Amino acid sequence: MEHTFWGYERPDGKVGSRNYVAIVPSVVCANEVAQAIGNQVMNCRPLLHHQGCCQLPPDLDRVTDTLASLICHPNAGAALIVSLGCEGTDVDRLLEAAGQSGKPCDIVRIQEIGGMANAIADGIKKAQRLSMAISGMQRRETDLSRFVMGIKCGGSDATSGLASNCAIGYVADRIVDAGGTVMFGEVTEFIGAEHILARRARTPEVGEKILKIVSDMETRAKSLGCDMRKGQPTPGNIKGGLSTIEEKSLGAIMKSGSRTIEGVLDYAEMSAGRKGLWIKETPGREIEILTGMAAGGAQCITFSTGRGAPQGFPILPVIKICGNPHTYERMVNDMDINAGRVILGEASIEAVGEELFQKLLKTLSGEQCKGETIYYSQSMDIYCTGPVI
Amino acid sequence: MSERKLAVQVQPKDNVASIFAEVSAGDTVEVMARDGSLDAVAVHEDIPYGHKVALADIPGGETVWKYGESIGIATKDIKRGDYVHVHNLDSARARGDWKE
Repeated sequence: MEHTFWGYERPDGKVGSRNYVAIVPSVVCANEVAQAIGNQVMNCRPLLHHQGCCQLPPDLDRVTDTLASLICHPNAGAALIVSLGCEGTDVDRLLEAAGQSGKPCDIVRIQEIGGMANAIADGIKKAQRLSMAISGMQRRETDLSRFVMGIKCGGSDATSGLASNCAIGYVADRIVDAGGTVMFGEVTEFIGAEHILARRARTPEVGEKILKIVSDMETRAKSLGCDMRKGQPTPGNIKGGLSTIEEKSLGAIMKSGSRTIEGVLDYAEMSAGRKGLWIKETPGREIEILTGMAAGGAQCITFSTGRGAPQGFPILPVIKICGNPHTYERMVNDMDINAGRVILGEASIEAVGEELFQKLLKTLSGEQCKGETIYYSQSMDIYCTGPVI
Repeated sequence: MSERKLAVQVQPKDNVASIFAEVSAGDTVEVMARDGSLDAVAVHEDIPYGHKVALADIPGGETVWKYGESIGIATKDIKRGDYVHVHNLDSARARGDWKE
C-alpha cells in the first residue's frame, strides 16, 4: 500500500474519516427538534434541510433517497432519524436503509410522542446512547481504494481555472490511479465545456449521457426566458474576471483531472464500490452539491476557490484550496492550501497538488481542516427540480 | 507583488489573456504563452486583477477564444490591447432571452 489513511471501518465495509452521530430530520418541520438534540449531545451532527413535504413524487423520492444515502454515509457511525409523522418522505425506507447499514440507529416520532418537548427529551436520550455506543471506535489503516473524493469549486475567479482547479485535477488523477473513486459535478458549469468531457467518456453511451444532462440543465435555465448571466456566472465570478458561463466552465472542468469518465451518478446515488472518475449530477450551488457528494459517499471534499468560499458540510471535512494569492492572505483562517503560489510563479501545479494530496491523507486520518475548526457545519440542502406545491 | 505586469495566454489559439496584476491605461503587460515565450501588449484601458486583455483585433460577432475554446461572442469591435469583459463579450449559451 503506497498511500494509506486511518479510518473507521463500518459494518457494511465502508470506511469513515469521521465518527459522528447523524441526526436526520425526515422533513423540514423536524429541523428544530433535530437541532435541539444536536445542541445537547456530544458528537452529533444535525443534517438540516428544507424538503420532504408538499413536493411532487419525483422530488419526494429524491429526498428519501438522499437521506437514505446520508444515513449510510461512513462518516456517520450512528444515525438518529427525527420524523414528524405526516411527511411526504418515506420514513420506512429510511429505517430500512439504516438497518441495512448495520450501524446503531434509532428514531424519534414527534407527533406520536406528543410534540416538541417530548420529542427533544426522547431524542436526547437516544442520541446520547448512540454517541456512547460509537465513542470507543478506533481508526484502522486502509488504502485509497476505500476512499471516495468529492470535488467542488465555489466563489471562482480567473485564478481558479489556472491554479487551484488544476491542483485538484492533479490529486484527482492520483486518487484514480491509486484505485480510489473521484466524483465531480456542477453540471451548470459544464455548459460550454461538455464536448471536452464527452470525449473523455468510457463509452459512447456515457458521452451521450454527459451531453444530455448538460442540455437538460441548459433547457431548465432557458425556460425562464432570460440571460443566465448573474445567476451563472455569479456577480462575484464576473467581478473576478469570468465573463461568460463558457469561460467559467472551461476553468471548472480542470478540477476533474485527465482520466477517463466512467459514468454519471444520480444526485442521491451512492458510489457503492464504483472506482475511477465519475460525474455526480448536481447543480453548482454549495449547499446542494455538497449534499450530493455526501450522498455519493465522499469521505472528504476538496474545494477550490478564488474569491474565498467558506462553506463546510455537517459530516464532511471540506479542504479549501485557494487560487488567488490575495484572497489566501485575506482569508488565511478559512483556506487550507495556497495555490496562489502558482499564479505568482513561485510553485508548479504539481507541487501544490502534492501539498493538497498530503493534506488530504492527513485529513482523512483525522487532522482537521480550517472549516471544521471554525465549525462551518450546519448548512446543507437537497437539490429538487420540481415546484413546492 | 513584483513590478512586472504578467498575463497568461492559456493556448496558442487564444485571442485574450488573463492579467494577474492591476493594470492602468498606457501600461504594457507581458503576456506569457504556454511555451514560456513573452509578448508585450500595450493596454488601452484600466483592467482589474484577473480580467482579460485582447491579444488581437476581434471584429464584433467573432468568437473570443480562451483555453483554446470559445468563451463567447464579441458584441462590438475589439482592438488588441482593449479590456475584454461583459461590456463587449456575450455568452452564446443558456440564452433564454434570445429568440431561436
